[in-house]
Amino acid sequence: MSSTNQTIINALYDDDDVLLSGVKEVREKGYEIQEVYTPFPVHGLDKAMGLKETRIAIAAFLYGVLGLTTAISMTYGMMIVDWPMNIGGKPSFSWGENMPAFVPIMFELTVFFAAHLMVWTFFFRNKIYPGAKAQNPDPRTTDDKFLMEVIAKDGSSNEDIMALLKETGAIEVSVNSAEHA
Amino acid sequence: MFEFSSRLKTISYVLMLIGAIAVGYSFLAGGGHDEAHGEGEHAAMHDDHADAEHGEHAEHHAPAAHHGHGDHAMPDADDFSYHKGASRAVPENNHFYSSPEHHDAEHTHHQMENKPWANLLVNSFWALALGLGALFFMAVQYAAQVGWSAVVLRILEAMSGFIWVPGLVILVIILTGWFHIGGNHVYHWMAEGIMDPESANYDSIIAGKEAFLNGPFFTLRAIIYLVGWVGAAFLLRKMSLKMEQSGVDYNQNWVKMRNLGAGFLVFFAVTSSTSAWDWIMSIDTHWFSTLFGWYVFATMFVSALTALMMIVLYLKGKGYLPEVNTSHIHDIAKFMFAFSIFWTYLWFSQFMLIWYSNIPEEVTYYMARFGEYKGLFFTMVALNFIFPVTVLMSRDSKRNRGFVFTAGIVILFGHWLDIFIMIMPGTVGSNWSLGLVQIGTMLGFVGLFINVVFRGLSKAPLMIKNHPMYTESKHFHI
Repeated sequence: MSSTNQTIINALYDDDDVLLSGVKEVREKGYEIQEVYTPFPVHGLDKAMGLKETRIAIAAFLYGVLGLTTAISMTYGMMIVDWPMNIGGKPSFSWGENMPAFVPIMFELTVFFAAHLMVWTFFFRNKIYPGAKAQNPDPRTTDDKFLMEVIAKDGSSNEDIMALLKETGAIEVSVNSAEHA
Repeated sequence: MFEFSSRLKTISYVLMLIGAIAVGYSFLAGGGHDEAHGEGEHAAMHDDHADAEHGEHAEHHAPAAHHGHGDHAMPDADDFSYHKGASRAVPENNHFYSSPEHHDAEHTHHQMENKPWANLLVNSFWALALGLGALFFMAVQYAAQVGWSAVVLRILEAMSGFIWVPGLVILVIILTGWFHIGGNHVYHWMAEGIMDPESANYDSIIAGKEAFLNGPFFTLRAIIYLVGWVGAAFLLRKMSLKMEQSGVDYNQNWVKMRNLGAGFLVFFAVTSSTSAWDWIMSIDTHWFSTLFGWYVFATMFVSALTALMMIVLYLKGKGYLPEVNTSHIHDIAKFMFAFSIFWTYLWFSQFMLIWYSNIPEEVTYYMARFGEYKGLFFTMVALNFIFPVTVLMSRDSKRNRGFVFTAGIVILFGHWLDIFIMIMPGTVGSNWSLGLVQIGTMLGFVGLFINVVFRGLSKAPLMIKNHPMYTESKHFHI
């Protein structure tokens, strides 16, 4: 992204519905949208932008399996092998026969791993991990404004794009000069 | 308007006929009218029964006994003799673990007589679950002023209009039990003399529950439940039909339905538990579980949501319900998935506490289910937990109609088995069978359900177009 010499045009909107129709129009005209910054999740924006379906569900499943495996190994190692426990007056000393006692642990660790690792995956995938540099080109998008970044194609003038964006209802249009792009 | 196709109507009549034949056959062949069927056979069964039971005891207690003798650390709580020694653990006429000299032959005879009644109770309760769960879900939709579900409300209305049918069957089972008609011993505490200290049948524990478990109060409660449920279903339907008329303040009508829905939920919160105690838990009279009502409710709710999903898919397949989109189907499938897990959570919570503490008066319940019913028990858990979790987990599978419909059949059968395992061990013990009679009765109730529900659907438009949430629901998108 940052290595290419693309020009980015910023368009600021003050209404999510206007933004949504703007996104659709810009894409219909064949322009590519780099990113949209909004103060809250806008329903249907991901589809309008043509984003790929999230794969976080697959990650969550794998994290859950990892958590389940951890729980099984932990209970087996700690309660059966390392320090055999008499569980509920049933000193069978086998993992299988004591399994009901371990189900809460298995459940909790599955949920724990899936939930926490999913959050961290989300953070890293969206580059909002601790210490990450802020990407937001205009701080007003954290308040009540919406910002669309359009990539200027080769062979189309910035003025054309800016005129189109104005037409879609943008309240402010500018050529992005920020370092991050 | 939905038209109840003659093909489906014929199917429902055929299913009802199958059910009638199955019930009729069960009463004629295995019912209480075959006193002359041969004591010899009963005696033989008694022997088998006793052998099986003792064998099972030996098997089940072997590991515990072994370890108990190994470290001498604690009394062998699992030992059979210990059960007998403990004052309250296994009373004289416990169904399963009574002393050998107790009237075992009589019990076997009772169990044989019970078979058609228990079969009827399993199937009518399962059918009741489909209607009652739908009524509960509908009341929630109104009480919470839910937007997305407005396009399926008419289906829920039609489903809750079915409650009275299995309700009447249950009432018949209760009354025949109370008056000892037709060999109905489904409810052991109804046995003659069981609460009379002078009688040979006396059981002190059951006698202690007389204030709650007695014929008149039991019947009265059943009538209160049924009147409350059927009445709420009737009123909600009536108010919903008002939405079709002109000159009605639809928003005000909707607020009234909200109030009624909220009121019904309070009534249902109490009666869903107490009806489960009455009709199912009181079969194993000595045993009790504080979680039982919610566990039965979970079964009820999953079954109803699954039935709702299958009706929606059928109607969509016939070209009805254009307003119902993939997002609605996805959401109902999410409910099926989520409440399958909820069911497992309650089922396991009840099981684990009893397994962990290992108190004799509690474990008898699971001893019976791990003995004669072991195969069914684990099949049931697999169908109700492992199957929905693996099959309905992904987003794509929840949006695939064929997939969800097939999963629905398995879940419905799984919960039928769940109710079977709740009722059968306490009523027929080792004399259970799962064959043409039981499946036939189930099909009969399915036929009744189809007939009553689709008849209800054909009487009013499938969409409540004046419902304040109709537009929101139509544009539902996730």
